[in-house]
Amino acid sequence: MAGAADLDVAYVARLARINLSEQEANAFQAQLGDVLNYVEKLSQADVSHVEAAAHALAVFNVFREDAPRDWFTAEQALSNAPRKANDLFIVPKVVE
Amino acid sequence: MTDKDLPALSIADLQSLLRRREVSASEVIDALRKRIQSVDGEIGAYLSLDIDGAMKEAEEANVDLPLGGVPVAIKDIINVMGQPCTCASNILRGYRSPYDATIIQKLRTAGAIPFGKTNLDEFAMGSSTENSAVKLTRNPWDLSRVPGGSSGGSAAAVATDAAFGALGSDTGGSIRQPAALSGVVGFKPTYGRVSRFGLVAFASSLDQIGPLTKTVRDSALILNATAGHDPRDSTSLNEPVPDFAAKLGNDLRGIRLGLPKEYMIEGIDPQVRAAVDDAVKKMNSLGADIVDVSLPHTDYAVAVYYILATAEASANLARFDGVRYGHRAENPKDMLDLYGRTREQGFGPEVKRRIILGTYVLSSGYYDAYYLRAQKVRELIRQDFARAFETVDALISPTSPVPAFKLGERTEDPLQMYLADIFTIAANLAGICGISVPCGFAKVEGHRLPIGLQLLGKPLGEAGILQMAHAYEQSTDWHKARPPIAPAK
Repeated sequence: MAGAADLDVAYVARLARINLSEQEANAFQAQLGDVLNYVEKLSQADVSHVEAAAHALAVFNVFREDAPRDWFTAEQALSNAPRKANDLFIVPKVVE
Repeated sequence: MTDKDLPALSIADLQSLLRRREVSASEVIDALRKRIQSVDGEIGAYLSLDIDGAMKEAEEANVDLPLGGVPVAIKDIINVMGQPCTCASNILRGYRSPYDATIIQKLRTAGAIPFGKTNLDEFAMGSSTENSAVKLTRNPWDLSRVPGGSSGGSAAAVATDAAFGALGSDTGGSIRQPAALSGVVGFKPTYGRVSRFGLVAFASSLDQIGPLTKTVRDSALILNATAGHDPRDSTSLNEPVPDFAAKLGNDLRGIRLGLPKEYMIEGIDPQVRAAVDDAVKKMNSLGADIVDVSLPHTDYAVAVYYILATAEASANLARFDGVRYGHRAENPKDMLDLYGRTREQGFGPEVKRRIILGTYVLSSGYYDAYYLRAQKVRELIRQDFARAFETVDALISPTSPVPAFKLGERTEDPLQMYLADIFTIAANLAGICGISVPCGFAKVEGHRLPIGLQLLGKPLGEAGILQMAHAYEQSTDWHKARPPIAPAK
């Protein structure tokens, strides 16, 4: 198992799209290092004969009728928008 | 029955009064409002109240429905149409739910009135409610201590008679642990028993909604109204729902209870150990056989949990990006700047820590070592329980190794906080059901602090553990005790 030393909090925070102050990054580096050292114990478990479990109670192929139903109006969907106009969400320009 | 006595009633007793027309649903709301006004300033259980809306619903309430006219408090991570849903996070400050969660629809169909939203650790990430970005909730038995978490607001509201019953959510113990620390009943159903549609997702393979109540019977009544298949939650189980309140008796003859030897760890408070030992003796005297069992992979549970739960959280919380709802950083220069600053400003430290840890364990080069391995150990833990349930009907343990700890005591050390969930976490990994029921008090610094007894049952075995917990509860007076802030029943 990879060790706590591999974790670069500043880099992973960028992957997660969270800006961090240097102070916060340093604090997390130490705290998450402790957590990663703690989870090292999983390397002792013998998992050679087990399948990975995504859920505790396996449920497969869940289908429902493909039928239209009432759901949000545009007005409801936009009711919490930080910026909106003409029934659309307004965001910064994405394409140059 | 005066305004002063009314809020102390259990849901079952309140229903009797309502159905005999000795009190009206409007009078109930009014008495509850007064109770909240008198105690919640000190406790801080509620984030928002909709008393006007509740009054309107009360005026039209059909008290003959299963929960007709019964007000229920809702953890502020479950969507109630028209009410705020903040998840106690700055990123959702000002958000109002445009829809009802399935469980809220079901409560309304049963006649219940969702009248207020309770405090929690931000996005349900925590074990003390101290991670709320909005305010502190205090333990009603000692105001210098935590109520437990993450459903600490729901637990404290019920404990102080500021709610007849409440909903919480349990991802690693977040219903059972605060119930234990605040001295109420907390029930986590089997994964899939209750729809998660409209519950803001933290760790989707572990989250489950359940009740916090004054009695075991009340939890059964809420479960009756809220369990069942939902086409809008593909993980909800399409299984028959029994009447959970029908079989609540006082006899445990023929029941086999297992004591997991791996749960007898050092670090259990001696007063907690003594109270649980007494509870086991009591259940034995009610007819239950007590046998030793082994859950060999117990020591891995917390480690597995903090890999899987954070991995799932890092994906689920990607939706909070400042585009469609919630907080948005001002004057972004481009999309990356919008995301990065919105999430920096909107999330608190624990949420950031977990998103970063979850992102790391899923990242290229580390996925197999952490995430995949944790999923495999999860399967070993599930098999431990399946094997144990071949010989016993339920497992018995403390809910929490310690009574309520001091505010601030564990906030600087996340790992110590995580270890608060050591007895509750495995049930979520295995998908089984569990309940915490009051079983005594520890005397600490002149205060009485509640202790919780945990019973774990097999998948879909809710009726069984409710029956066992009820028989135990009715043979004791622990559930009748009230914190100093609330008068005794």
